[in-house]
Amino acid sequence: MESEQLTLNLEKEKLVEMYTKMVEIRNFEEKVFELYGRNLVPGTIHLYAGEEAVAVGVCSNLRRDDYITSTHRGHGHCIAKGAQLKKIMAELLGKRTGYCEGKGGSMHIADFSIGMLGATAVVGAGIPIAVGAGLSAKLRGTDQVVACFFGDGASNQGTFHEGINMTSIWKLPVIFVCENNLYAMGTRQSRVMAIESIADRAVAYGIPGVAIDGNDVMAVHRTAREAVERARKGEGATLIECKTYRHKGHSRIDPARYRPNEEVEEWLRRDPIKRFKEKLLQTHTLTEAEIALAEKQALARVEEAVKFTMESPHPAPREALEDVYS
Amino acid sequence: MREITYREALREALREEMHRDKAVFLLGEDIGRYWGGAFKVTEGLAEEFGDERVRDAPISESAIIGTAVGAAITGMRPVAEIMFGDLTTLAMDQIANQAAKIRYMFGGQTSVPLVMRTPFGAGVNIASHHSQSLEAWFMHVPGLQVAVPSTPYDAKGLLKTAVRSDNPVVFCEHKLLYPIEGEVPEKEYTIPFGVADVKREGSDVTVVTTLYMVHKALNAARELEAEGISIEVVDPRTLTPLDKQTIIRSVKKTGRIVIVSEDCKTAGVSAEIAAIVAEEALDYLDAPIKRVAEPDTPIPFSPPLEQFVIPDERAIIEAVKEVV
Repeated sequence: MESEQLTLNLEKEKLVEMYTKMVEIRNFEEKVFELYGRNLVPGTIHLYAGEEAVAVGVCSNLRRDDYITSTHRGHGHCIAKGAQLKKIMAELLGKRTGYCEGKGGSMHIADFSIGMLGATAVVGAGIPIAVGAGLSAKLRGTDQVVACFFGDGASNQGTFHEGINMTSIWKLPVIFVCENNLYAMGTRQSRVMAIESIADRAVAYGIPGVAIDGNDVMAVHRTAREAVERARKGEGATLIECKTYRHKGHSRIDPARYRPNEEVEEWLRRDPIKRFKEKLLQTHTLTEAEIALAEKQALARVEEAVKFTMESPHPAPREALEDVYS
Repeated sequence: MREITYREALREALREEMHRDKAVFLLGEDIGRYWGGAFKVTEGLAEEFGDERVRDAPISESAIIGTAVGAAITGMRPVAEIMFGDLTTLAMDQIANQAAKIRYMFGGQTSVPLVMRTPFGAGVNIASHHSQSLEAWFMHVPGLQVAVPSTPYDAKGLLKTAVRSDNPVVFCEHKLLYPIEGEVPEKEYTIPFGVADVKREGSDVTVVTTLYMVHKALNAARELEAEGISIEVVDPRTLTPLDKQTIIRSVKKTGRIVIVSEDCKTAGVSAEIAAIVAEEALDYLDAPIKRVAEPDTPIPFSPPLEQFVIPDERAIIEAVKEVV
């Protein structure tokens, strides 16, 4: 893991934006947790809280027309790429005004207007889709890049091998972002992999692989920037393993008893938002007042999303029959 | 009119569509300049359009279809080839969970204009992993279209429609059909999905069938004609969408139906068509619905074994005689 640097060589505006996005994701997930407890969210949810530095660190390097693919734990990716909170929240509650008009729910958010190509709930299935988006960019002669988010569990799927190999031989503009939160549902990484670092697998495909502290947003940002630049220049793919941790269980019903308390406490101490905030203050990049303002704005946007969602109608039942075919 | 093979008809369709639309590209194992496709359908296309647009892929069926999905939702029109229909199993998540559902589960935000071409069918003694007919699996997945051309004319017209479709199309070919010749006009044409073709008109019994079985049914019909039995052969040409009207109209005329399909009988193509006729045209039937299909076994290797399980003209004739 890279050590934290105390220099933040980014424009202040960008840093505020990144901090705000991280707080937005956290507030959003806390609100979803609360609404779920009040029986307002049908189905299940997989919260991104604790992993915010990954989505924000990567997406802060992307243009609006760049693509991302996402997973069942995808709210954070959507928010970081620039999706509207209200349309995500409405989708989670099965409302007509949600991104997918109530057809997708938490595990299938997409916003094609910002290059968010959708979350798939089949672990690892987004990897070849990201490869295809990269191939498409290459064939169309654009310099778009694709960030493909997936977890440690997905790296044991065949799609990981097939997809990264294909990307490598065709030098496609894809950044593979492995969010290693140590557990595939309840299965600890060490029980299903004989290696410690998933980034080591990059060697097998002849692409750069790097393992970083996924709770350090600036480390993620710097690493992803380099990968995005390589991809945009036609130099091919990078595998970035971001070591991180989910604050909650796998899904809403999971109390995560398989994780030792000391481990959870250790990772909570490494909370990516707390660390970024400390860094912003230590480097005198932002004042307490500016931080407080950013936090207040983020919270207000989440509250606004909840209000919008509560006022939104459910879809008419017969809409279930629409959009099966073009 | 000129006659060309089913293989040439497919190649012409691909060539014409690639000239017409730069978004169309081909992807698959050994489809490029070194081999031209296991059944030579894409032979010469890499030389004409380049290796970028006629792209040899590693042996990674799941990533081939997944890549096609990703390209399709970002502005391209991929035509992926899976070398044998049996190997679509390896890509099943991408075709059934991703390609088929992306439009629906994302609320109609996008469409998935991809074609998966693949040859099904037995008859060349290559046993259980290269001989199955799995069309019915894809009929069972809402969101997919399923084309099943039986002639060079249908193959070309339907493939051009498949490439232009904004939906994912499973384009089922049959390996015994590739060398078959038939009339194909030089002038451009397309064939709409969901329109059956009556391959032979008749008055006594309706035979509904697809792919290579159409030819066996036509042979059977010629033999039966000599015995004074008049067979109408209805070829749906696409299983999804399915032209129920033409099937039902024919049943209303003949009062008898035999459904012939090379796939397994249980929950197969013939089961679906039989159910539709039972549901919507029972009153017009003068005899029970009869099915001729594979007897629910894997496809065996040895020629006498394979011939035993694959429906032939004799089986079709016997079935017809049971209902007249």
